[in-house]
Amino acid sequence: MRRVPLVEIAHARSGDKGNSCNIGVIARKPEHYPVLVEQVTEERVREHFRGWVRGAITRYEMPTIHALNFVMEDALGGGATASLRADNQGKTMGGAMLRLLVNLPE
Amino acid sequence: MKTIRIGTGQGYWGDRLDAPLALVDRGKVQYICFDYLAELTMSILQKQKERDPARGYAHDFVTLCKQILPQVKAQGIKLIASAGGVNPRGCAEADRARRPRTRPQAENRHRGGGQHPGSPGPPAQAQGYALKNMDDGSDIGGIRDRITSANVYLGVAPVVQALRGGAEVVITGRNTDTSLFLAPMIHEFGWRMDELDKLASGVCIGHLIECGAQVTGGNYTGGWDRVPDLARVGWPIAEVSEDGTAIITKPEGTGGLVEAGTVKEELLYEIGDPRNYITPDVVADFSRVRIEDVGPNRVKVWGAKGRPAPDTLKVSISYRNGYRAFADLGFSWPQALDKAKLAAQILAERFRIIGLQPEETTFDYVGYNSLHGPLAEFPGHEPQEVRLRVGIRTRTAEEAIKLGPEVPCLVTCGPPQGGGYSARATPQEILEYWPALIPAVAIRPEVHFVEVK
Repeated sequence: MRRVPLVEIAHARSGDKGNSCNIGVIARKPEHYPVLVEQVTEERVREHFRGWVRGAITRYEMPTIHALNFVMEDALGGGATASLRADNQGKTMGGAMLRLLVNLPE
Repeated sequence: MKTIRIGTGQGYWGDRLDAPLALVDRGKVQYICFDYLAELTMSILQKQKERDPARGYAHDFVTLCKQILPQVKAQGIKLIASAGGVNPRGCAEADRARRPRTRPQAENRHRGGGQHPGSPGPPAQAQGYALKNMDDGSDIGGIRDRITSANVYLGVAPVVQALRGGAEVVITGRNTDTSLFLAPMIHEFGWRMDELDKLASGVCIGHLIECGAQVTGGNYTGGWDRVPDLARVGWPIAEVSEDGTAIITKPEGTGGLVEAGTVKEELLYEIGDPRNYITPDVVADFSRVRIEDVGPNRVKVWGAKGRPAPDTLKVSISYRNGYRAFADLGFSWPQALDKAKLAAQILAERFRIIGLQPEETTFDYVGYNSLHGPLAEFPGHEPQEVRLRVGIRTRTAEEAIKLGPEVPCLVTCGPPQGGGYSARATPQEILEYWPALIPAVAIRPEVHFVEVK
């Protein structure tokens, strides 16, 4: 078992809708999709973004493209036009997600 | 099976202006669609129209038309653009003033609940529609006197009507992004509004290409370091078949990359529940969409499913909600981060001394945590430089303006090696977004044809 940052097995894209942010997380190889499903859970993602995302986090599965979509509410410090954050549109939230550590079978 | 090629000319207002040229030259497209309107672009356009009633549209489109129309006309390419903003007619006529050729254009507007900004509130509210905030359910009464614009997202019908009427250039106001792309498919293939899977496929294709280069190699986490020639990145083309399957590609000889990964990332871009991508035309289900490489820079997409559209339309309302201001200042090695942190402490104390009371304040450190906040790892080595970035949110502009001299003054009154300060912070008015629903029957879109001599 190896513990690796998610970026090794997945890529991601993020964006905004008002003060919500969504992050699509896609397995680089289909065989890693089950790792995402099992380990990148709503609970772990909520813990990962603690102090940065204030609202509910919902996960949706997209098995045909080996991807998960996370919708995060109250996530951007007020939304693009009101937020004081440097990344007021959530463009770098995908990168933040890819910091998450997962266990990979050898 | 009949196929058509649809290209994306612009993905947002301010997108690269030379992008559509390759599409016109080498794209072999029948349609080029231009999406100009992000959620709050309408407010900016509304402000422009208040200052000058002839404005209020995306002038970029007029500039572009000047350049491409002769070739577009010669090739029989049709243009569909949400460039009209809050003044589609103004856009059509600005364009006409510059074009001597004969060219029927259609502009579409809507009458009813939308486009009545500047008044105390949308008339739709006076007619008894609640316009509660769809995110948190709150009552619109609390913001009514601060509304700056209110626009209904229209579906495909008026665009299809314009195409059927022979329009060569269609200029819309606040149409949904995907409707611009779905319209030519309905027009060319004769899809009925109850062929829901086909409509959903069209929405999916529109969603994939409406953001321009984001599907052709831009912003690509999956392989950004192997995308060739992004300086000449090609804007996307969808080769759509009558059955709703499509190949996503780009013009020959352009930079960028189209592969399954770029298309997957874009399918997920700014969506909520993938089973419920709601549009005024159909509720699309993207959860079983298939994406497959079928050749170099050619990716096949199929499998979207559709359900009937809701009987409501979305209204995008924006309202004034205070001010914000930002400033920043760099600090160099040695102990760059420590110096920037001390500068932040000094600033916080200065706020107390000068009586600046922001509703919210942020201090962050560019080069360390300004983008990822608490998720950023503390640098393992001493950073060469760090920028202190400060942001405040206030009720009034007078309050925000107090930040102005404080950051530049830190150069002489703060820790050493502070340099490269930003210009004096100027307050920006905050426009916030209020999404609401209105019964679809309350809105009657209009299409006007303008003959261009």
